[in-house]
Amino acid sequence: MLLINCPYCGSRPEAEFANGGQAHIARPADPMSLTDDEWAAYLYMRDNIKGLHHERWRHANGCGRFFNASRDTTTDVIKRTYRMGERPEAEHQGAKP
Amino acid sequence: MTDTYRVRRGDSVENCNAVHFTFDGKSYQGLAGDTLASALIANGVHLVGRSFKYHRPRGFVSAGSEEPNALVGVGATQSRYTPNLLATQVEIYDGLVAESQNRWPSLETDAGFLNEYFSAFLPAGFYYKTFMWPRTAWKKLYEPVIRRMAGLGRAPAEPDADRYTQVFAHCDVLIVGAGPAGLAAALEASNSDATVILCDEQAEMGGSLLSDRSASIDGMQAAEWARAALDELRKRSNVKLMSRTTAFGWYPHNFVGLNERVTDHLSNPAANQPRERLWQVRAKEVVLAAGAIERPLVFTDNDRPGIMLANAARTYVNRYGVVPGKQVVVFTACDSAYRAALDLKAAGAKIQVIVDLRKSVSGHWVDKARAEGIKVRSGSIVRGTSGRLRVKSAQISNAQGGDAETVACDLILMSAGFTPSVHLFSQSRGKLSYSEELRAYVPGESVERERSVGACKGLFALEGVIESGARGGRDAATKAGFSPRGERSYTVSAQSVGADAFIGSVMTDHQAEKRAWVDFQNDVTAKDVRLATREGFRSIEHVKRYTTTGMATDQGKLSNMNALGVVSKQIDVAVPKVGLTTFRPPYTPTTFGSFAGQSRGDLFDPVRKTSIHSWAESQGAQFEDVGVWKRAWYFPQVGEDMHAAVARECKVTRESVGIFDASTLGKIEIVGKDAAEFMNRMYTNAWTKLEPGRLRYGVMLREDGFIMDDGVVGRMATDRFHVTTTTGGAARVLSMMEDYLQTEWPDLEVWLTSTTEQWSVIALQGPNARKVLEPLVEGIDLSADAMPHMSVREGRICGVPTRLFRVSFTGELGFEVNVPAGYGRAVWEAIFAAGKPYGITPYGTETMHVLRAEKGYIIVGQETDGTVTPDDAGLGWAVGKAKRDFVGKRSLSRPALVREDRKQLVGLLTTDPKVVLEEGAQIVLDPTHPIPVPMIGHVTSAYWSATLNRSIALALVRGGRSRMGEELSIPMPDGVIKAKVVDSILFDPKGERLNA
Amino acid sequence: MLSPAIMRSNALSPMQSSSTTAASTTTLSILPDAAKLVFRGKTEAIEAAGAHFGVKPSLEACRFAAVGGRSVHWLGPDEWLFQAVNEDPIEVFGGMSAALQAQACSLVDVSHRSDGIAVAGPTAALVLNHGCPLDLSLKAFPVGMCTRTVLGKASLLLSRSEEQVFHVDVWRSFAPYVWQFLDEARNLS
Repeated sequence: MLLINCPYCGSRPEAEFANGGQAHIARPADPMSLTDDEWAAYLYMRDNIKGLHHERWRHANGCGRFFNASRDTTTDVIKRTYRMGERPEAEHQGAKP
Repeated sequence: MTDTYRVRRGDSVENCNAVHFTFDGKSYQGLAGDTLASALIANGVHLVGRSFKYHRPRGFVSAGSEEPNALVGVGATQSRYTPNLLATQVEIYDGLVAESQNRWPSLETDAGFLNEYFSAFLPAGFYYKTFMWPRTAWKKLYEPVIRRMAGLGRAPAEPDADRYTQVFAHCDVLIVGAGPAGLAAALEASNSDATVILCDEQAEMGGSLLSDRSASIDGMQAAEWARAALDELRKRSNVKLMSRTTAFGWYPHNFVGLNERVTDHLSNPAANQPRERLWQVRAKEVVLAAGAIERPLVFTDNDRPGIMLANAARTYVNRYGVVPGKQVVVFTACDSAYRAALDLKAAGAKIQVIVDLRKSVSGHWVDKARAEGIKVRSGSIVRGTSGRLRVKSAQISNAQGGDAETVACDLILMSAGFTPSVHLFSQSRGKLSYSEELRAYVPGESVERERSVGACKGLFALEGVIESGARGGRDAATKAGFSPRGERSYTVSAQSVGADAFIGSVMTDHQAEKRAWVDFQNDVTAKDVRLATREGFRSIEHVKRYTTTGMATDQGKLSNMNALGVVSKQIDVAVPKVGLTTFRPPYTPTTFGSFAGQSRGDLFDPVRKTSIHSWAESQGAQFEDVGVWKRAWYFPQVGEDMHAAVARECKVTRESVGIFDASTLGKIEIVGKDAAEFMNRMYTNAWTKLEPGRLRYGVMLREDGFIMDDGVVGRMATDRFHVTTTTGGAARVLSMMEDYLQTEWPDLEVWLTSTTEQWSVIALQGPNARKVLEPLVEGIDLSADAMPHMSVREGRICGVPTRLFRVSFTGELGFEVNVPAGYGRAVWEAIFAAGKPYGITPYGTETMHVLRAEKGYIIVGQETDGTVTPDDAGLGWAVGKAKRDFVGKRSLSRPALVREDRKQLVGLLTTDPKVVLEEGAQIVLDPTHPIPVPMIGHVTSAYWSATLNRSIALALVRGGRSRMGEELSIPMPDGVIKAKVVDSILFDPKGERLNA
Repeated sequence: MLSPAIMRSNALSPMQSSSTTAASTTTLSILPDAAKLVFRGKTEAIEAAGAHFGVKPSLEACRFAAVGGRSVHWLGPDEWLFQAVNEDPIEVFGGMSAALQAQACSLVDVSHRSDGIAVAGPTAALVLNHGCPLDLSLKAFPVGMCTRTVLGKASLLLSRSEEQVFHVDVWRSFAPYVWQFLDEARNLS
């Protein structure tokens, strides 16, 4: 069970959290102006990263907040957690603005 | 029987306390403190099991948890029977009942032994090769035969009577293993304010020190020092000592699973003791002091009862005071076996000869053995043995071959050196490195916050072991943020046994390797491993699966390195290049009970009940599970089956009035000045113009355009909505709303609060619903003009506050009475009493389903399956086309979602009105079409409608709305059913009843 | 025809009698009914709410403040639970709503959503740790701390009111499960 540092509550066991998939994928401001391909990319295309991955978690059985975590998928080491709206520290190939 | 092989008092047994137990029905006597293995050996019993494949007679190889052979079933009753326990770990108590496994009719005469004579036909990969064809033989012939042969032990015939618990624990330093390294680590780490847990799988802590009669520490004999150290630790309030506790698994972020065996060693456990406790420990720092496991030598017929690891024999004689044999041949590749031989000799055994694989031998232990008159043969091997149920002799020759000398014996000790126990380190994803010197893998780079100390790190000299333990303990406490007080020094006096080791097979004659066992439990020989490499399996992972070596319950603790050695030599590739199989938890077999913990019976899952549940129960309602909710399904009266009860409930509700518990519906209060804007974005509907006091049916999509949830929404004030969701969707919907609010639209001034359990919801439906309610309600005008269909009012009912919805899921005049949950049952009973004059009936979910299906109302999850759009479901009217955006809107114009041949919701009426279709049944156009028949849809709901006096169904059918009147086919196992496509609203299509 | 005073029922009342009476040093008891309101909103609003309520809400995460029978628990950065033991929810809600009219916030009456259990005794933390994965040592979970967390398969609000007393606030349909779970744990520990 991972130990995840909630930016609001501190270090908590994984049982209190729900994973929310890849981070930094913003909903387009005007979806209707997108082509089908652009919309499909937003809906379905996700990275499958070996290494540092920025992902969303929600402290579902805690303060209820969504936040981001940079986790190494090969070791499960979580380098950093940060609040929604903040930028990841280390950019990598898969990170999207 | 008496224990004739007990030669003296062992340190771990209490001489005065005789303990009586039975093994295979025979009574024996042992001493308190004995394991089942030491007690049986004391009685001269070595034959304890049969091997898995060939049913070869087998005896004890080890004295610990690495034991491959001595698997026993323990338990006097079926409800407390456990198969596959290790006799080397089972502690005896008065009344213990144990039995051997994998034999029939008895251990001495076992029919399966015939496999042995066919062993030429059972080489590696035999099953893969043989049972490939003919295909038809698999089910009738091969599988039943294999099933009869397969499986270890027998499952208990009754449910487990014991209880198990799980506990989460936290500490600064967790130390795994209480041998010399672990004890030193604990002494150092706990000499600070750090909280320390020290666990050990054995009943008595001390590890190898307990079997050591030659070394001394701080002027004390080794075992004595261990006991003194434990006394000191016990006095420290920051230390928790846990014996009989196996650290079986490492999980991410220093989360370690410990299994504590609480009662298995007790004759009469207290009623409040769980059998086992699973500790889930989060440690800031971990010290691994797991020790090392002695490695067997691979030679012909090395598996006979009476052939065991040298240091196992040393443990039996030094700790338990029993000699495993009186005429001993020692076969070794290292010095530690000499030390064992000397201890056995001191206990009165005769050492016939020490056969040493090494060409030249020298040093303290060799000299000492020679000085004691023990014959040492270097550069030699044991190349065969004899004796069916117990070893009788050893054939000894030069390592390169030549004539063999036969030496009589009743015990052969073997040692190929030690394999560090790197299991937990490897589970923690630490990288292993291969040591050429030790012929073993040792811990390399760490990933987690842990360090290995002592023998599991590849250190075998006692002084170095203790020094490394002490250093590890200090390091762990320091890294956990503490300052260990003054270092202490340890004066160790011990002669080193060096680190010589051997891996692979000692046999030069490959033909003879047919019976040179690598894996005792799974019956894999050196020849099998060699065969696998010849057939092209070069990776150890493949060799493992092909031969099954290392795949038994011991997970190859004894066999993996020897298998690697055989492969490496055969394909002439260095050991690290051959690879290493993955170490997986659990380290030793762990009971299902322990993993289940308290999650069994009533506590398996929460059972959610509404506040009205107890009333329904008292009325004899039948319940159905909806998620973890219990919902009243139907209310049978005397003599009624479900069909009759539902027909009556439907009829009374349509003709007069019915009452239904809808409390499980999810509810969310959405409040803030941007509440309507938020609703506009989350739901397909338009909300801006909905006036306070009005209700609207809302549809929510996922971003991919498919229906996710639906429910009635009330606008309580301009800035306050009372949203309802499906029963199963409540948490999901709230989470999705929070997601959008927090991550996409944090600028909106709106907040969400779950009110699912705040409100009991009592649905009152039927033409007389208003008449029943009116006298109970205060401050609300219920008349059709004042309170039309789809409106909500606040007031009081029976004196308590209510949010009263006028809404219908039945097509009748209806109300849903929301009251604070604590009043739910009382208000329900009051309404029920008021309904008595109208013949009111309670109805359950089944009747609710029928009534709504007659009206063509969908149920999310029944008519929808995650691929249904609002238009597919006939809900196009609920989509606010003028809205610029809402969740899922963009997807609704994707090409695939606007195709005309999409499956659409329609009604189906069977040609024979008595036939009720099956939900899930596939619909085809032409049942005579050759297989595969194209399927154009499926039945989503089907019921008997008492109201319409015929069967009804809803279905999703390709282009369904353009097929009105068409006859379709539903092929079933006993014939094809014909049905006509009709509109999905089958009853009161104009909706006159609900506006009454 | 209005029924006279309907009594409020607690989801835990059937549990009390069914509990075991073994010699555990830790006790379980049902907490009295209370008016409970969930406040969500901006910081200015929470200050106004606290001022009206008479308890200054903690702005620090995972802490609660109490004055007499009234308390405010921090639930999240924009969420607090206001509790008034043995007070009428309608009155408390009405008063608060009026005071917060001009504020950017949400106030929702959840008085009947949950029931409360007190877990008290020298092994209270150990008993809770049978299903709660948090470090409940005094150092990590001091008196005055509160947080939503899990116990077995249920979610709940846990707070420590005294060194040996924890309060559990749990949604009513999960309350019997939590009670039974703790009851078994205290008798097996």
